[in-house]
Amino acid sequence: MDLTYGADYDAFREEVKAFIRDHKHRQPQPGDGLRSQALKDWQSVLIEHGYHSRTVPRDYGGYGAEPDIIKSRIISEEFGAERVHRGFNGQGVTMLTPVLLEMGTEEQKQAFVSPTINAEIIWCQGYSEPGAGSDLASLTTKAELDGDEWVINGQKIWTSTAHHADWMFCLVRTEPDAPKHLGISFLLFRMDTPGIEIRPLVDMTGDANFNEVFFTDVRVPKNQIIGERGQGWQVANAVLGHERGSLATPDAATNRLNGVKRLMREESISGQPIIDNPVFRDRLMRLEGRVLAMQYNDMRLLSAKINKNQDVRLAKMIVKLIGTELRHEIECLGIDVMGEIGLSYGDNPHVKGLGSWQYQYMFYLGLIIGGGTSQIQKNIISERGLGMPKEPKISAAEKVAKGA
Amino acid sequence: MEFGLSQDQLLLDDSVRKFLSAEVPLDAVRSLAAGEGSDASVWRGLADMGLAGVLIPEAHGGAEMGMLDTVVIAEALGYAACPGPFLSTAVMASFLLKEAGATDPLARMAAGEYRVGIAFSDVIGARKGQVTESDSKLSGQSLFAFDAEADAYLVALADGQVLMIEASEVARAPLTTIDKTRSVCELTFDASPACLVTDDMALVKQTILRGRAVQAADTLGAAQYMLDQAVAYSLERKQFNRVVGSFQAVKHMCAEMASQLEPCRAFTWYAGHAFDERVDDAALTACHAKAHLAEVGQFVAKTSTEVHGGMGFTDLMGLHFWFKRIGFNRQLLGSPEAVRHEAAVLQGLCD
Repeated sequence: MDLTYGADYDAFREEVKAFIRDHKHRQPQPGDGLRSQALKDWQSVLIEHGYHSRTVPRDYGGYGAEPDIIKSRIISEEFGAERVHRGFNGQGVTMLTPVLLEMGTEEQKQAFVSPTINAEIIWCQGYSEPGAGSDLASLTTKAELDGDEWVINGQKIWTSTAHHADWMFCLVRTEPDAPKHLGISFLLFRMDTPGIEIRPLVDMTGDANFNEVFFTDVRVPKNQIIGERGQGWQVANAVLGHERGSLATPDAATNRLNGVKRLMREESISGQPIIDNPVFRDRLMRLEGRVLAMQYNDMRLLSAKINKNQDVRLAKMIVKLIGTELRHEIECLGIDVMGEIGLSYGDNPHVKGLGSWQYQYMFYLGLIIGGGTSQIQKNIISERGLGMPKEPKISAAEKVAKGA
Repeated sequence: MEFGLSQDQLLLDDSVRKFLSAEVPLDAVRSLAAGEGSDASVWRGLADMGLAGVLIPEAHGGAEMGMLDTVVIAEALGYAACPGPFLSTAVMASFLLKEAGATDPLARMAAGEYRVGIAFSDVIGARKGQVTESDSKLSGQSLFAFDAEADAYLVALADGQVLMIEASEVARAPLTTIDKTRSVCELTFDASPACLVTDDMALVKQTILRGRAVQAADTLGAAQYMLDQAVAYSLERKQFNRVVGSFQAVKHMCAEMASQLEPCRAFTWYAGHAFDERVDDAALTACHAKAHLAEVGQFVAKTSTEVHGGMGFTDLMGLHFWFKRIGFNRQLLGSPEAVRHEAAVLQGLCD
């Protein structure tokens, strides 16, 4: 066990601190939107100094550093501690760029990587469908080749940022006769292509965090495909693996728990500060124990990225399940601490923390469901982590008997 | 940067587990629980491997290892539901005597020839009984002192004084608890002569905190055993022409156990490591690890028993020995609520 980073990394940390000291005043302010010049300028400053798109090659507009997990960690720690804006990190940056770099043609990399990391192209992801959620590979939005164009028909759902996006990366069925995992392709197209209709999907938070997107004879140039026809599932899986872990980081949980502690000091019932109430305090401490467990689990995962001999498969599989449930409970305690004030939402003048406790409480329920439901996570953990058998397939004869 | 066990620690873990699977099979646990035989030979075997002197300096015949090594050993002992005075003699008494400079007994303790029990209930929060001292003589009662076979006891008073007393000077009555893999007793003092070891309350608290980290590791090991057993049983037992482990209801119970338990491994390692290298973190982490493992352990103990169906409820599987060991760890050295209260006090959230 050695939790020190070493002298070289200590020096790197000082560099990061110096950057933050010298440039922090240039970061975007609340209210600067996705399309603001302030965000674009900040993005260029971050890339230039290696604090965004750090490992994206220089040829494609990145900083071109070798991957170094500890340096990335130090950057996260320092930016987090000073609450400095991390730049634009939409789905194009976090999910599409790694795919382009790994599977894209030279032409595609030249065309898309630089504008994507510079927030000039905003992307949305078209994966889930009304009939293809947990069983994503059964998606039915189809694309048929007609001359030099794909013709797309079907519907996507849960498409966040579709209403802001310039482009979509999308999974479509191109080989209807192939087994379901081998019949999917990964296409890219502009969101202003004729035949695309976006309908906002208002969720329980009151916001439209997601959309439905409908495709009617949407024509897309044949070469706007990543990988070969039928390879789309492999591409998507590489990306989804990335998404799951990032949905519920222990650092964010720690920040929110510290927020609950502050609330408990500020709030009182009939003059008694909540922090002096042993029942509330015990709930807080119980959650703190769970957050600590996830923090040290995260350190173990970080270590395994450096020390390849460490087996952390199970420790990694459980992060999404435990992390999202834990966040939901932390937000719940924040609300309970405020009592009836905790019901305040929207324009209520008594609302605290901009309504974030109720908002996150609901949003994390969304994340318990999204990105692979808790039940799907438990299937994965029991099958791949504990070696338990898959659910037996229903035979063709049984399907007929059941009228399916 | 490396978060994990070193090669030496992996070897230590491996050798302890090999010894325990040979020397402490379920039959051995069962016969000890039935009151047949004693834990003396197992303790001698562990001492021969250097485990009785894990925290004792080499100069006094010990292995002089760290707290991370100690929690690795404790996890293996929990996995085997191993009887013996590891917590009392090898961890708490060794640490306290060494730090207090009372080194005379250490060599015999390291050799497994002298067992020193712990009677700390007055500082942990006694529900019943109290010990008083006058002129180096103890009077009163201490309940749930660990190790009913000890040669001597360290008795902590409410004011932080710790006195050592030979077992022959005390009236000792073993107390039956749910957990037959550990022994506790009731000590009654009647102007019994004892020897002052320390009056440093901080040292007493440090000793208790080390005990808590070790309890957390013991529960981790015991719960891991119960999870492993549940998965294995579910893959053997058939109903409706399928192994029950192929039903999602059962798979999800196992996944929930694994999901809660797996982060406890890193947590427990860190709790041990903090005493060695990150002392500012050690107290808070030990309290939280103890309380968190008590909750996760309880969940796993219940759920694993349920996965075993009716067999889990019987004596035949012997699973209940681990269920009870986890229950014992939960109360010992502070209940989860009491320990979480201390965690809040430690960070200044309350008095």
